[in-house]
Amino acid sequence: MKTNRLSHWLAILIGTLYFLVPLAATFEFSLRKIRGVYSFEAYRVVLADTQFKSSLGFSVVLAVVTIVFGMAIIVPMAYFVELRLRKLRPFIEFVTLLPLVVPAIVIVFGYLRLYNSSSILPLTNFTLGTNFLLACGYVTLALPYMYRSIETGLRSIDVRTLTEAAESLGASSGTIIWRIILPNIRSAMLSGAFLTFAIVIGEFTFASLLNRPAFGPYLQLIGANRAYEPAALAVMAFAITWACMGIIQVVSRNSVAARP
Amino acid sequence: MSFIEISHLRKSFGPSTVVHDFNLSIDKGEFVSFLGPSGCGKTTILRMIAGFEKATSGSIRVGGSEMTNLPPAKRNVGMVFQAYALFPNLTVAGNIGFGLKIAGKERGEIDARVAEMLELIKLPDLGGRYPYQLSGGQQQRVALARALAVKPQVLLLDEPLSALDAKIRVSLREEIRALQRELGITTVFVTHDQEEALSISDRIVVMNQGHADQVGTPSEIYNNPATRFVASFVGTLNLFEARVVDPAAGRVSIDGQPVVTRRDISAFGIADEAMVALRPEALTLGGGDDDRNTLTGTVEEVAFLGAVIRVRVRLREARVSLDIFNDPALELPKIGMPAVVSFKKEDLLIIAPS
Ligand SMILES: Nc1ncnc2c1ncn2[C@@H]1O[C@H](COP(=O)(O)OP(=O)(O)OP(=O)(O)O)[C@@H](O)[C@H]1O
Ligand SMILES: [Mg+2]
Repeated sequence: MKTNRLSHWLAILIGTLYFLVPLAATFEFSLRKIRGVYSFEAYRVVLADTQFKSSLGFSVVLAVVTIVFGMAIIVPMAYFVELRLRKLRPFIEFVTLLPLVVPAIVIVFGYLRLYNSSSILPLTNFTLGTNFLLACGYVTLALPYMYRSIETGLRSIDVRTLTEAAESLGASSGTIIWRIILPNIRSAMLSGAFLTFAIVIGEFTFASLLNRPAFGPYLQLIGANRAYEPAALAVMAFAITWACMGIIQVVSRNSVAARP
Repeated sequence: MSFIEISHLRKSFGPSTVVHDFNLSIDKGEFVSFLGPSGCGKTTILRMIAGFEKATSGSIRVGGSEMTNLPPAKRNVGMVFQAYALFPNLTVAGNIGFGLKIAGKERGEIDARVAEMLELIKLPDLGGRYPYQLSGGQQQRVALARALAVKPQVLLLDEPLSALDAKIRVSLREEIRALQRELGITTVFVTHDQEEALSISDRIVVMNQGHADQVGTPSEIYNNPATRFVASFVGTLNLFEARVVDPAAGRVSIDGQPVVTRRDISAFGIADEAMVALRPEALTLGGGDDDRNTLTGTVEEVAFLGAVIRVRVRLREARVSLDIFNDPALELPKIGMPAVVSFKKEDLLIIAPS
């Protein structure tokens, strides 16, 4: 019993060290830009860089567009699969896993072939078109994560019976999704949105090959040319991630107040 | 013309037909129960009335208008589910007012109607709670109020009480019946519990493998079961293969012992086999006057059931169970004791061959 508890603590300790030591080391390193003293000089340099702000801003907007666009496609699809086409579930699951199997570089070359300037739909000819293409690519990349979290949310409620109850009270499909389904899968959607956000913010391949000024290529650029700034960026990225998690915790706790 | 007319209704799922040629007329304000074993198609018929399931053929008319192919949202039919199906994200008041909100009613009107419904289900102070803060019985009452708030033409209930414990089940079924009488709403109630069906229905439809074996009032169903299935499904029953001795005089023999029935057996020939039945409560221990039939045997088992005591007597081959009221002054029959049981001549039921 005692040794058992000890081994539990040991496992937790090893796990924590595995994550914390590199992070602490990175943090320590990021403070050493000025020789001999600890300072936030590297952070100041990064924050003062206009490219930092513009690329981060670009990626945040893109992440939000990806989330909205992805949810608008995936939520109704997952809902109707759960409601009417349960037999299709294994097939849909397989399809949603494909983006994990096909490498991003293959996908993006496919896009470039299909939508290049001499194709029928020359999306890469103008900036908005390319941005749109990038967002579509991100929806594909995020598909496995978004679909899975939404499906988990849908399975936690009795979709069929709730739908029938609402239908017999006169509600249309749109009303049912908006008023009954969405509010009940809110925390599942939030976790899907969070994962998508994390993927889009750090994504490099798509953005780089489509030549968009996103955060991923910026990180790469800094990483290749500077010493202390990449460490500062990594620490900031962690801070942003943790802030997101904290916000999600608070939001989902508030929504839990309305649920068992 | 009845309020609900179901004619030649059929439903197949792939190759298997689960409802065959189902016909039923229900009057306005009537309370009809579908009673039958698991898998006999009760839910399927109810779902076709609600519009959740499409009929393979046949028609459903409500209030004179054709409903068969209307989507559920256009039918104005209230539905109560076994699993309550309250919307978890809405309060009790939000749930009850949902249908009215969808119908575009004004805030004040919705609030008034919700308050009225809360009063009706005797939960006037719980409007602000969420479903998970209610007991099962309370949730089901809210579900009932939600279905009734929009003033549907028909109320459908699919085993609404089976998830509740025995005490609440009885009190809630009485409440449902009282509410139904008060509002005069035409109601179809699905159950597999015969006592439930007998106690609250105007009429019962006894279902067997996708069709109605018998439709009648509780007393018709209980006292004059039309088929062997109905007789054995509704209540406990002693069934015997009797031999007809004299069709004109109603004389038959059960396990070699002569008895007389007041029911008409003139359709049978001499020495024909006839299925006859006796309810346990129609039998008494001990002989009686000459007007009663008697059977003799030995006591085989005595089971204490609370209000009644069930005694099983073995005749020669056959066994017969009978109920006697529990009376502390009474001496219980002993196992192995010889026994005489008797019953009135009109209590011997003849079950039509099916
Ligand atoms: N969607 C479906 N697909 C295939 N078969 C179905 C479907 N729904 C019901 N069935 C079949 O139809 C038959 C009748 O089912 P139904 O649910 O109507 O029975 P029930 O009388 O309500 O039973 P219970 O008392 O168990 O609820 C069953 O054999 C069931 O397996
Ligand atoms: Mg059923």
